[in-house]
Amino acid sequence: MSEVLMEARNLVKDFPAGRHRAVHAVSDVSLELQEGKTLGLVGESGCGKSTLGRMLMHLIPPDSGEILIRGTPVTGLSDADFMKYRRMLQMVFQDPYASLNPRMSVRSLIAEPLETYRLHESRQETTRHVLELMSTVGLPEEFLHRYPHQFSGGQRQRIAIARALAPDPDLIICDEPVSALDVSVQNQILNLLKSLQQSRGLAFLFISHDLSVVRFISDRTAVMYLGKICETGPTEDVFREPLHPYTRFLTASVPMPDPHRRQERPKMAAGEMPSPISPPAGCRFHPRCPYAMPECSRTEPELRRCGERQVACHLEK
Amino acid sequence: MEEALIQEKVLNKENLSQEKTLVIENLCAGFPARRGEVRVLDHVSLSVPKGKITGLVGESGCGKSMTARAVMNLIRHPGRVTGGRILLEGRDLLSMRKKERRMLQGREIAMIFQDPMSSLNPVMKVGKQVDEAVLVHEHVTHAEAKRRTLEMLEAAGVPDPERRYHSYPHQLSGGLRQRIMIAMAMVCRPKLLIADEPTTALDVTVEAQILDLMKEMSAKGTAVLLISHNLGAIARVCDDVSVMYAGKIVEQADICTLFDRPRHPYTRGLLSAVSSLRDGSEVLSVIPGHVPNLARLPAGCSFSPRCSCRGKECMEKTPEMREISPGHRIRCLWEEPGKKPGEKELETEGLAAE
Repeated sequence: MSEVLMEARNLVKDFPAGRHRAVHAVSDVSLELQEGKTLGLVGESGCGKSTLGRMLMHLIPPDSGEILIRGTPVTGLSDADFMKYRRMLQMVFQDPYASLNPRMSVRSLIAEPLETYRLHESRQETTRHVLELMSTVGLPEEFLHRYPHQFSGGQRQRIAIARALAPDPDLIICDEPVSALDVSVQNQILNLLKSLQQSRGLAFLFISHDLSVVRFISDRTAVMYLGKICETGPTEDVFREPLHPYTRFLTASVPMPDPHRRQERPKMAAGEMPSPISPPAGCRFHPRCPYAMPECSRTEPELRRCGERQVACHLEK
Repeated sequence: MEEALIQEKVLNKENLSQEKTLVIENLCAGFPARRGEVRVLDHVSLSVPKGKITGLVGESGCGKSMTARAVMNLIRHPGRVTGGRILLEGRDLLSMRKKERRMLQGREIAMIFQDPMSSLNPVMKVGKQVDEAVLVHEHVTHAEAKRRTLEMLEAAGVPDPERRYHSYPHQLSGGLRQRIMIAMAMVCRPKLLIADEPTTALDVTVEAQILDLMKEMSAKGTAVLLISHNLGAIARVCDDVSVMYAGKIVEQADICTLFDRPRHPYTRGLLSAVSSLRDGSEVLSVIPGHVPNLARLPAGCSFSPRCSCRGKECMEKTPEMREISPGHRIRCLWEEPGKKPGEKELETEGLAAE
């Protein structure tokens, strides 16, 4: 088993929602990111996956819980003290139209992180490094002095990836990096991310609502529902034989690109995710769960380990 | 004389058996540019039969939403329709007077959009918004309108319609908002429903529910034009599909033919891009390059620069839409699957694409 790069222990994040109420965005989440591996984080919108990603990125402080990088706790550090860890962590965001400054050229966009960490003595060296990064992500040299508006979504996402790669990080947190792109372009970016991982030994936390994308890119997958992780395990196991009823529901909901398999769809949980302001008591999935037992509405199931997998369900014992 | 009458009856019967609610013929639309005009729709022809769901797929910018907007008369100035016909049950929408056309919209043709939050009025109870759709088009009392609304909300799968009638859009989830939009569109029992990416903003679990609802609505006799970039959604509910690329329809077939025997290289590329995500391949299949700028389309076939099977002819001759088997039409110079145009003599080559 490879080494643990980052570990989160019992992270909690509530956001105030007025009138002494709170949105329980992330409740007691623990997970491990391994060196050079990809962890996929899936769930419906509002389940807290982006909040979790941002906490790991040190962009928002957790209310309680700990984050350890290679065994060192980093949770309470000030931004200045966190600087030396920040270089190890980079992020790629969903919307490449909003995440790139429209007034900066490709050169200055990619050079910015290099200059922030003072990686080079001279301007020429910086430019050489920028060009190297551009060729790594498949951008031709002549784009150096162009601006973001001159590019398509896929090319912009390549610029964002080059920027994330610049300080030579160990972990890149990708928050829905391909959901704004068309299929054919989405696959180009996914291939790029996978090959970068192989050549540079990068670890990814890949946040997405698209199950097929997560299945392709991740070594392990964690499924989140209403601020909690309900199942984790090696990706193929989780998708081939989901243990948690929610995972089963999620995988069965994905429309297959095959008109002959229309009917192959179990009639399952109806309805939508309840509000994270007042999550249901007991198991958070029980109001939608077709297998709910009386116990499910009383006690909250713990995330139990079974082999390489973990599942939080009263049915799995 | 009698014979002619009989023949007419027979013809009518034939027409009825495959009643086309919407027929679009050679529709062209464009935006004026510095030099000439940028053509965003180029001779688009398709039809939507009664009680069926017809899909329109393609990547962003290919003109699928423009087609819907042209039917709804929603193309913004300075864009305009420059040619073709749009027939709703035989009546040409483009030659109608403005007022006449306005009366059809909402009553006989309805549309739902991608983002239900921005299509609903945030300061008006959702029930009232559905009522409004009835009151505008039909001479009924408020009480009658409310009764119709509640009935429709129920049919659209809104739980507890009496209570939801008094909700504001921000109090509802995305899935419920989209159900309200569907109720609003369907409350006047339109003949045609245009759904422009109705599930793109929704989660997969809710998407499945909304798609099922659309299927139910079409089974009651409404013709549905479903616009989507998601081939999975299309495969789940559509009866026929048209694939668009750079303002043109490039392939048209019934759903099974399109997914089992796609012929246009673009359709094949799209399908293999989607299926490679699922079959556990190490490297995903891609269509190289990106969608061309409509103002600077390549000569010949618009897809030729990205096509893995292009021949010399493709860069010179613009392919016309042609039927290769009943109901299956493509815009491609290929004579046979996997065989490049202009290479008819080289029998053995080109099967690599299979």
